[in-house]
Amino acid sequence: MTMTTERLSPTSLRVTRRFAAPPALVWQAHTDPDLIRRWLFGPDGWVLTRCEHDARPGGKMFYRWEMEDGSGGFELTGEVLEVDPPHRMKHVEIMHLPDPTPPNTVVTRFIADGSGTLMDMVMTVDDAATMEAMIATGMTEGMEASYTRLDGLGLGS
Amino acid sequence: MTDLDSKFAALSDPTRRAILARLLDGPAPAGTLAEPFDITPPAVSRHLKVLEQAGLITRTVQGQQRICALAPGALDGVEDYLGPLRAALAANYARLDALLDTLQNRKT
Repeated sequence: MTMTTERLSPTSLRVTRRFAAPPALVWQAHTDPDLIRRWLFGPDGWVLTRCEHDARPGGKMFYRWEMEDGSGGFELTGEVLEVDPPHRMKHVEIMHLPDPTPPNTVVTRFIADGSGTLMDMVMTVDDAATMEAMIATGMTEGMEASYTRLDGLGLGS
Repeated sequence: MTDLDSKFAALSDPTRRAILARLLDGPAPAGTLAEPFDITPPAVSRHLKVLEQAGLITRTVQGQQRICALAPGALDGVEDYLGPLRAALAANYARLDALLDTLQNRKT
């Protein structure tokens, strides 16, 4: 499946990806904590140890990732802003590394595409420096690379 | 601005991205690059200047024409730049593919 990542502007980034399942199922996999836990944890070595996701307007999000060997972890908090299941959701998220990052507003659309789904996700932050930092740390996915960088900065655990 | 900053600033405009996309096919006279757009030649000229200053294109004079071409290594850094993010997302979505497959098979 082809994924595209496109910098739309200094402060926004679009990710598109096709899935071989209908929008209803892709929606479920993005909003049901029991399902989210099974895929949203970045590269090998990371686990999503806590996942709360209340997919209603005003609903809270809380995710915590940890290294399997216990050497590090970080959290994401957020709020669901708008939902139109299974087509579109809008939420705002903040990473805690542990210092909080500026808010990232994410609009995700699931577009029926034959028997599958085209996901179109646009992330927008307030300023270009925030976008640079978000990309550099591999964002929510908790890459080992981001910890190597944190170590380099003397911020890692 | 760093080189990467000026490249992304230049790429932040849809007209300039379209011009760049056209030049991926090969060099072209500056005059012809305006054709697909409803903008004046001076406006095109300004876009080309931004692209040139960002190191994305070169402009050379050949007789009466100014020929635009993709600069060597124009997209270096820009392409590598999203690498770590792409790797993290790709790992997640590969797992999501497998999960969706499992969920669908359970239903049928």
